[in-house]
Amino acid sequence: MSSTILPAEKTSLRSLVAFVLSELKPKGRLLTPFNAITAPIILIGGAVVLYRLAFGLGAIGGASQEFPLGIWIGILVMVGVAFAAGAYILTFVVYVLNEEKYHLIIRITVLNGFLAYMFYASAIFLDLGRWWNIFNPIIGNRFGVNSVLFLVAWHFLLYMLAAFLEFSPAVAEWLGLRRIRRMLGALTLGAVIFGITLSTLHQSGLGALFIMAKAKIHPLWYSEWIPVMFLVSSIFSGLSVTIFIEAVVRRWYRSQLPAKYLRSIDGIVVGLGKGCAVAMFAYFFLKVLVLTHGRHWPFLATPMGALFLVEVVGLVAVPGLMFIKGVRARNVAVIRAAAVISMLGIIVNRLAYVMIAYKWYVPWAERHFPSWMEIAVTLTIIFMHMWVFRWIVLRMPVLRDPPEWAVESGHAGAGRAE
Amino acid sequence: MKMKRIEAQLALMREGFLDSGELQKYLLCSAEASGAGPISSFGRRDFLRKAGLVFAAAAGTGLAPGLAGASEQAAGGNEFIGVLVDTTRCIGCRRCEQACAGAHSLPLPATLDDNAVFEKPRKTSPTQLTVIDRRMTERGPVYVKKQCMHCNQPACAAACLVKAMEKKQEGPVVWNPNCMGCRICMVSCPFDVPMFEYDKTAPKLQKCDMCWNRLTDAKQPACVEACPTEALVFGTRRQLVVEAQKRMAQFPERYIHQIYGLRDVGGTSFMYLSSVPFEQLGFRTDLGNTPYPEYSKGFLFSVPVILILWPAILMGLFRLTRRRNNGGNGKD
Repeated sequence: MSSTILPAEKTSLRSLVAFVLSELKPKGRLLTPFNAITAPIILIGGAVVLYRLAFGLGAIGGASQEFPLGIWIGILVMVGVAFAAGAYILTFVVYVLNEEKYHLIIRITVLNGFLAYMFYASAIFLDLGRWWNIFNPIIGNRFGVNSVLFLVAWHFLLYMLAAFLEFSPAVAEWLGLRRIRRMLGALTLGAVIFGITLSTLHQSGLGALFIMAKAKIHPLWYSEWIPVMFLVSSIFSGLSVTIFIEAVVRRWYRSQLPAKYLRSIDGIVVGLGKGCAVAMFAYFFLKVLVLTHGRHWPFLATPMGALFLVEVVGLVAVPGLMFIKGVRARNVAVIRAAAVISMLGIIVNRLAYVMIAYKWYVPWAERHFPSWMEIAVTLTIIFMHMWVFRWIVLRMPVLRDPPEWAVESGHAGAGRAE
Repeated sequence: MKMKRIEAQLALMREGFLDSGELQKYLLCSAEASGAGPISSFGRRDFLRKAGLVFAAAAGTGLAPGLAGASEQAAGGNEFIGVLVDTTRCIGCRRCEQACAGAHSLPLPATLDDNAVFEKPRKTSPTQLTVIDRRMTERGPVYVKKQCMHCNQPACAAACLVKAMEKKQEGPVVWNPNCMGCRICMVSCPFDVPMFEYDKTAPKLQKCDMCWNRLTDAKQPACVEACPTEALVFGTRRQLVVEAQKRMAQFPERYIHQIYGLRDVGGTSFMYLSSVPFEQLGFRTDLGNTPYPEYSKGFLFSVPVILILWPAILMGLFRLTRRRNNGGNGKD
């Protein structure tokens, strides 16, 4: 199947360019329900972005003096990066722990992680009041080395590079670049180890951003353990999203799936569910420990306490139990449901730090609520991620087998060639 | 050039030698303060900074944390300058607001006679870097000036990834235009001081800069100069503390025995005296005495450690599991 699409090897630059141009054309029907819904929203969102650049953040109701961070940071950056965690966890499992079983889904997970960083970490750009200065921390128009955000900014950039290196063998196979494919394959292990190290630090670093908001975040959410909490929750967040994407893949991209994928995928999902259950219960007990240690039990009887219980019990403990049940019964449907609930829990948790538990003492009437323009741009970024994701999945050997010539021995960079 | 000049001016001020100009009139030069050498906590900080550099070097990266330097004073041994706000002397005339707006080219308050502005507690804003608030207390109405506190170890400066928020050696915390507008300073500031110009396409973070431009011309902050009742006093922190203690000792019935900002969040350059507990003036008294940058230090220290250890551990795991797999398969 793939041999008809993929020429054996591009010999000249001209044929390469011609190939890429031919690939730019849409595949399949243009007028699908998904396209019909997302395309207009993307157009509106694009217009809002131009409007924001022309008239400033205030013009779109982005945020306020009381609440400097809105849903662009809350949903896109905080949640988006937590959702992208699957890439560092699965590369750890496959390339470091050498668990070959998960090779089948490594490329789709890394692709999603890479795109998530491309779109969601880059969404910071929209939120920056002085966006033309975005490269200042990189070019050294003052290195704020004492700053947690400095670390996060650098790590975002470096991780994008690492994730691209991890995915790049698929690009080389798509373009039929054999020698480059070999070179990139040799870099994979290094990129993976670099990527896991960076992810450990910036997943927790996103939490550490709120450590100095000590006076503003509700005691049920604030502790010196925020970075650890963010790191541990990123594990089940990433795995849950991987389970979710697998469900999407099986529904929408079935034509791409090789037979062996369909044979062994249920076992893989069960394994992911097991990982989720372990991480969620570790997380749950950490939460209880911090709650007890801080003597914050009395807060549970307050309205914020109710939200905390919904999050920690309803959106962590309950899906944790569902994962256990699903793993025991090898029931993929239950595992998928648990994954969706866990993802919801991550959204609530990250938004709590940005705007819900943040300045919880500010009365309802003076609180910040996202404007429709903010929501439109948020959806636009998410849909653009999905469009590019689809474009790549339908063209590059992400789900389907790599071309014959790329199948080689060796663990590092073998894609899932074995 | 500017830096050199202000350093010289401040040195003169400290020594009490600056005998011409208006500065001298307002400077509080007690013999003890001008004679004594700088209090030194320098040795420990210096060690820690060096330790931080070693870490950074060992991690082979510029990403490792250095250490936030300033505590009581800047590294050069300069004492921080500041302003003592005596709320028992403030009459709510708002001339400081007017002077502040003038000094920063911001819109002037429409009228100073209109008491309606006092009806609700006000906040500073991008166009009002200082405001006078009237608070009803157990001892009647008290007027409180609000502006940036100029922390000894500012959270905003520690949070900023491009050092756009900068603690000057002399004490003021000022904003620089290399700012990205990410607003993490607003999230971090315990006093909610930095204000973002949401309605501008090239927004600035606005806050009191203790009239940095005037200071470099050896002038006092505009608000201090405009104050008719000496409710505002300008000087080095040590001079201000001595003066505050003198006032509290002289008129014990007039003041509660507390200087807000002496130790709060590690000490601030604006310090306050009051006749009533500070909660009644709208101050947060639950902020603690720990300098805010200390809170993120634990995380920042773990960064170089993880940068060194993780790759080694991961590489080891890779070798171990590969050998196990190969052994099981009978390959190799």
